[in-house]
Amino acid sequence: MHNGQSMVVAQNLTKKFNRVTAVEQISFEISAGEVFGILGPNGAGKTTTVRILCALIAPTNGNAKVAGFILGKEDQHIRRNVGILTESPGLYDALSAEGNLSFYAKMYEVENIQEQVERYLRLLGLWERRFEPVGTFSKGMRQKLAIARAILHEPKVLFLDEPTSGLDPEMSRLVRDFISELKSEGRTIVLCTHNLDEADRLCDRIAVIKARLLALDTPKALRQKLYGRASVFHLKQMDAAFHKSVESLPFVHSIQAVDNKLVIQLDDPEEHNPDLIRYLVGLGADIQFVGELRRTLEDVYLQLMNVSREN
Amino acid sequence: MTKISTLIKKEWAEVFKNKFVLFSVAFMPLIFTAIPLAVLYSIRSSGEMGDFSMEELYSQMAGLCGDMTAAECNQFVIITQFMPLFMMMPVIIPITIASYSIVGEKTTRTLEPLLATPITTIELLAGKGLAAGLPAVFATWVSFMIFVIGGLLMKIESKVMASFFNPLWLIGIFLLGPLLALAAISLAIMISSRTTDPRVAEQISGLFILPLVGLLIAQTTGFLFLNESLITWIAIGVAILDVGLLVFAVQLFQRETILTRWK
Repeated sequence: MHNGQSMVVAQNLTKKFNRVTAVEQISFEISAGEVFGILGPNGAGKTTTVRILCALIAPTNGNAKVAGFILGKEDQHIRRNVGILTESPGLYDALSAEGNLSFYAKMYEVENIQEQVERYLRLLGLWERRFEPVGTFSKGMRQKLAIARAILHEPKVLFLDEPTSGLDPEMSRLVRDFISELKSEGRTIVLCTHNLDEADRLCDRIAVIKARLLALDTPKALRQKLYGRASVFHLKQMDAAFHKSVESLPFVHSIQAVDNKLVIQLDDPEEHNPDLIRYLVGLGADIQFVGELRRTLEDVYLQLMNVSREN
Repeated sequence: MTKISTLIKKEWAEVFKNKFVLFSVAFMPLIFTAIPLAVLYSIRSSGEMGDFSMEELYSQMAGLCGDMTAAECNQFVIITQFMPLFMMMPVIIPITIASYSIVGEKTTRTLEPLLATPITTIELLAGKGLAAGLPAVFATWVSFMIFVIGGLLMKIESKVMASFFNPLWLIGIFLLGPLLALAAISLAIMISSRTTDPRVAEQISGLFILPLVGLLIAQTTGFLFLNESLITWIAIGVAILDVGLLVFAVQLFQRETILTRWK
């Protein structure tokens, strides 16, 4: 769904709070229609990055363009063109769901307020309870309403900071499905999350940060960059000779025997798996089946964090 | 203007659901009005106080009394001593609302989404300030009307009644009151922007009432008497103070500091 137009361009963003550097020299570009994930541990600077890009706080150094507007010079325009779901929903408990959305619709200068409010209340299943005070809502309902608030003015870029944090699995799934729907509509979304599975499923590209940018790529490319690709050969019976012989093959990077499985790291499994199958059969191995070892984003993330700690 | 009026409506919808705030806006002015009315009622037959020496005790008020009899002037002087109560109302009422305005949004975590909207700092402060000030000024003026109607019902001397519409009272109620309200609101919002606890904001802002209490005491003890000239000078002084406080409040409202340093 990307159309190539850059919606966010961040160049060497740095934010210092007194002596603490929250964000250091972060650069990235987000295309229109892209779902861009920001991953990092607590205190990694995810929220600070989002706040900078939403023109809520100013960077100490660096510059950015958001929705075509220059940060620091056109902040009002940026605020008008982005939507933000903050870490906590931050809704007015004494007001009704409709009251909350109407208030924000006016603040964002939405033209067709009633239509937009109704559209999103219905879309998120809150229409029937629109007149009830938000204080009586469950956490999940509040989160849904906060998402509606963030998107009510049809922003060019939507920032979602921990959208499923603290929600039960069912509600998390509802929220994730809604984000998927937004993604399919071609919206540009910046998603900060701790949930690696969520990031893996929803994001086109992911930036792993820990004050600095540790890695930036598609989830698949991140897995490949850190671990390469590996094929798993399930054998009927393991023989030590298989290990030794296969290891000597020129296209094999590494080999590991785990129970009756050989985990073999390769540059190009599509090219070399048939050779390997022939070779192992030639050695007398009974191959039950062959598969690709899929590393999870969690593996990638933890590996990056370990490298960061060591550095 | 739309954003300011929207913010005002939101503030009212929120704060007036709080019974304590509703009490301070509605009930407290009634009490403050009842006090001078009760005094007025007790001295309504002031003709029996003919031996009162105006020159001796209230020489400073002579100019204000004009052609009133000593008894009428006595009534007027006593009631005028309670005039600072009508100036306290527009200070006390908005402090409750304004001191909560920013810190309240901080504690309920609604400030960040609000600041993320394209609202300017001036619009935000104007909305918050007017939401606190308008009910206070309105309540004060209504209280003054009740006071006047009460006086009419008690059949107070017509000259005394007329004196409540002299420049001293009119400046006090319709000019100095709102100016004082503005000063109190600016101060309360400034404190509210800088504190982390609504109670602290209210406590500190409440100190602003002290100069008015001092004025009340000074007047009732005969240390000074409010007259047209003095109240005009006070109004000018407060107006200048207001300009300074407003500029300072806008300068002090640092979005970034408020968002990042209040936890």
